[in-house]
Amino acid sequence: MSLREKLKSGKFVVTAEIGPAKGVDIHEFNENAELLKGRIDAVNCTDQQSAVMRLGSLVACHLLKQKGIEPVFQMTCRDRNRIALQSDLLSAYVMGVENVLCLTGDYVTLGDHPDAKPVFDLDSVSLLYAARQLEQGKDLAGKELKGTPKFFLGACVTPGADPVEPQLIKMERKVKAGAQFFQTQAIYEPKTFEAFMKEAKKFGVPVLVGIVVLRSAAMAKFMNKNVAGIHVPDELIDEMDKADNKLQKGIEIAARLINEMKSMCQGTHVMAIGLESKVPAILDATKL
Amino acid sequence: MIISELKPFPEILGYLDGDKKVFIVGCKGCAQVCQTGDEPQVLEMKQKLEEEGKTITGYCVIDFLCDKALVKTRLFPHEDEIDAADSLLVMTCGIGVQATAAVVNKLVHPAANTINVGGASGEWRGSERCRECGDCVLDLTGGICPLTACTKWLINGPCGGTKNGKCEVEPDVRDCGWHLIYERLKKLGRLDKMQTMPIVKNYAKMQPPKHLRSTIMWALEQQETKV
Repeated sequence: MSLREKLKSGKFVVTAEIGPAKGVDIHEFNENAELLKGRIDAVNCTDQQSAVMRLGSLVACHLLKQKGIEPVFQMTCRDRNRIALQSDLLSAYVMGVENVLCLTGDYVTLGDHPDAKPVFDLDSVSLLYAARQLEQGKDLAGKELKGTPKFFLGACVTPGADPVEPQLIKMERKVKAGAQFFQTQAIYEPKTFEAFMKEAKKFGVPVLVGIVVLRSAAMAKFMNKNVAGIHVPDELIDEMDKADNKLQKGIEIAARLINEMKSMCQGTHVMAIGLESKVPAILDATKL
Repeated sequence: MIISELKPFPEILGYLDGDKKVFIVGCKGCAQVCQTGDEPQVLEMKQKLEEEGKTITGYCVIDFLCDKALVKTRLFPHEDEIDAADSLLVMTCGIGVQATAAVVNKLVHPAANTINVGGASGEWRGSERCRECGDCVLDLTGGICPLTACTKWLINGPCGGTKNGKCEVEPDVRDCGWHLIYERLKKLGRLDKMQTMPIVKNYAKMQPPKHLRSTIMWALEQQETKV
């Protein structure tokens, strides 16, 4: 069953992400993919995340497909203009990649090529709109296509943003533009997420709650200081700090958060960031 | 000098949909030369809007609308007229619209598109910046330009990198442009505007047409090459 069908069936969906290699050695990518196979419903391939130049996400999706894993093609608008983005959407469809997560993308100065010229010709909303246009047999210029693609379009939202209202306004724009599912930024406070879902429910699209696995108290503090929209509460930082086995504690917290929030949404998106091999352990701990 | 041209009248009328009373602001700087915001254009606009059933509570033509301090002092005697208006129509470049927005607590609508900077970007500008996109959206953003206030030039709302009202690219010094827009529209009770942005921006309008690239200096250069 595809991600679309699974979400439609009402199943609680689990997705994870793998970052393609910085270079051409894909051993680790393949190993992680094998570990996730059969355990999760789809795997996101990140698009040069944090503006760091890497192997492309579309090729990574292709590799996953070859292994029989359902990929989610992440696309950002930082590096390509509307011509290249639309072309890559067509390529994805021809390669059998249906799920596309449409993102604006991190700014270039946050990555490893700070001197690059950023593009942002389109953004998350207009990319969704462009994909929708292609599905209707026309490109953004209104020119007709030979054969029409079909996508399952995803988008991102930050439930922990303060204030959250601009996020909800943009979420509505994304739904109107074509978003069919959401994978959220990481959230560590079930109460905040519950309040967010109360508002977001009205859009009628499935939401997969984002989980970033904690590795240490320092990592949590770093995210609090530097990553927009993420807030790890002091109790969790304390818990990580006191734990002898940080890895085990991180897994335990991730599983607990999923258990606490699973009744509020339609799935979870686990961002392990380097701990991809531990995702099965998290799922074991949640009994999903 | 900043070159602007008046938007089509139906577009301006569209901005004023729902607003019965309007105060008009004109500019004697570049907008005088471009004939977009001097007294004759302001009076013509006043008449056309009155014919459409609008009440013009007053108008004011200011020397340089890019100069916020000047705008504030010149608008001061018109305080009652501005208070009586639902919104302001500003007949000048994007800098002037933003400078006006910064000193009044009303929604401002741009009457012109800024199509080319034929020199300095506003003679007296402060923090306001204009990208000369040729398709002014300041009506929808509370008079704050998303193309210059947002690091990524986003037109569809804030990205995930907004934190405590700051942009994650330069969190210590740079405000999130969309946070400013959100706060302004919220204050004006017009958050509905955030749902009405054009989804895709037409960047072709950023290319100045040939007749604008052909400045007087350009014409002189052509003469010199002929000799």
